[in-house]
Amino acid sequence: MVKLGNDTAAIWSLLEHVPDPEIPVLSILDLGVVRDVKINSDEVEVVITPTYSGCPAMDMISMDIRMKLIEQGYKNVKITTILSPAWTTDWMTETGKIKLNQYGIAPPKMSSDKTETPPVCPQCKSSDTKLLSQFGSTACKALYQCNACKEPFDYFKCH
Amino acid sequence: MSFILNQSTNQLINYTLHLADSNLILTQRNAAWCGHGPILEQDIAITNITLDLIGQSRNLYQYAASLINNNAASTAVTEDSLAYFRNEREFKNLLLTEQENGDWAKTILRQFFYSVYQYILYEKMQQSDNEQLAGIAAKSLKEVAYHVTWSSEWVVRLGDGTQESHERLQNALKELWSYTGEMFIPADYEIEMILAGIAPDASFLKEAWLKKVAAVFEEATLTLPQDVFMHIGGKNGVHTEKLGYILAELQYLPRTYPTATW
Repeated sequence: MVKLGNDTAAIWSLLEHVPDPEIPVLSILDLGVVRDVKINSDEVEVVITPTYSGCPAMDMISMDIRMKLIEQGYKNVKITTILSPAWTTDWMTETGKIKLNQYGIAPPKMSSDKTETPPVCPQCKSSDTKLLSQFGSTACKALYQCNACKEPFDYFKCH
Repeated sequence: MSFILNQSTNQLINYTLHLADSNLILTQRNAAWCGHGPILEQDIAITNITLDLIGQSRNLYQYAASLINNNAASTAVTEDSLAYFRNEREFKNLLLTEQENGDWAKTILRQFFYSVYQYILYEKMQQSDNEQLAGIAAKSLKEVAYHVTWSSEWVVRLGDGTQESHERLQNALKELWSYTGEMFIPADYEIEMILAGIAPDASFLKEAWLKKVAAVFEEATLTLPQDVFMHIGGKNGVHTEKLGYILAELQYLPRTYPTATW
């Protein structure tokens, strides 16, 4: 049994090793869904927020957090889901965006960026790309195609 | 399922269930397109939209369940029991959402009418005096924005497309228009929520909705229908005969095997 102090840093660093089930190159911290970590006497509370309302990965993420913490000796784990403030891709870390791009998914623009420039192709880096569909293989992605190398690719939608 | 609750909480529960039910029933309708969309990308689009709708309805059902349980000091009611163990007279969804899928044009138009309504409703509801509903609205709004764009583009594509696509959309309009008025004729519980600063004013919603629909219709070369008789009743559990069939399919499994789990 781990003695719980007030130090949440150890828990945050464990969460760094919980991957997003749909895009495993991203940790849930990269994704920005962990909003808070609290220690209430002998209980660890992890506060998360869903990406999309219907994202089926959220149940999986809750379970993975629980498993990771239990595995490290934290017996009493509570996962709280909050809806407000609503998740935004602006909370994605810079490292996360780089990892996404290397994985072949174009990272989201910042929501303050109102330009209409399409995402850069993660394969050949051309900016000559076109939208195929606003809806891709998961709720958070849109489908693009590169006009230069002809490869279709996912774009993580700005949200 | 019946709840003995004080009046004001009861009306909040009714209103929350009304919002949740509309989403759930449209979800069940749209889900029938899975694997049958006209092309792969659009099959994925309609099912993605549907996934957002079911997610939003889960948030609303969870909230309704917590209100019911808080009042009755129980944990008996869950999002699942609200979705699977109520009968059609207890469902408060808009009649629009239970209309048949028909062809792609009818599904598109139904989605367009509903998405524009949702957008305008949630945009206002972000400022609701009820924090929970305001939070759900702000979250859902981001998703619905994509639904509005997608369905508007399709209305224009079909309306201003070939003669056949135009005719099909025109037929869909004839079949669906008389179910749109209900959105703006508030039920008793809705009036109470409007007065309490929880729900947005229905006449404001109507004006904003008509404005958006008229703009898209103009681009789609469709004419906005004249005043016609508008069906009501769904908000109070009085439905078209179609809802029973939807619920039979939706609820069959949990009612037959109540303890079944994934």
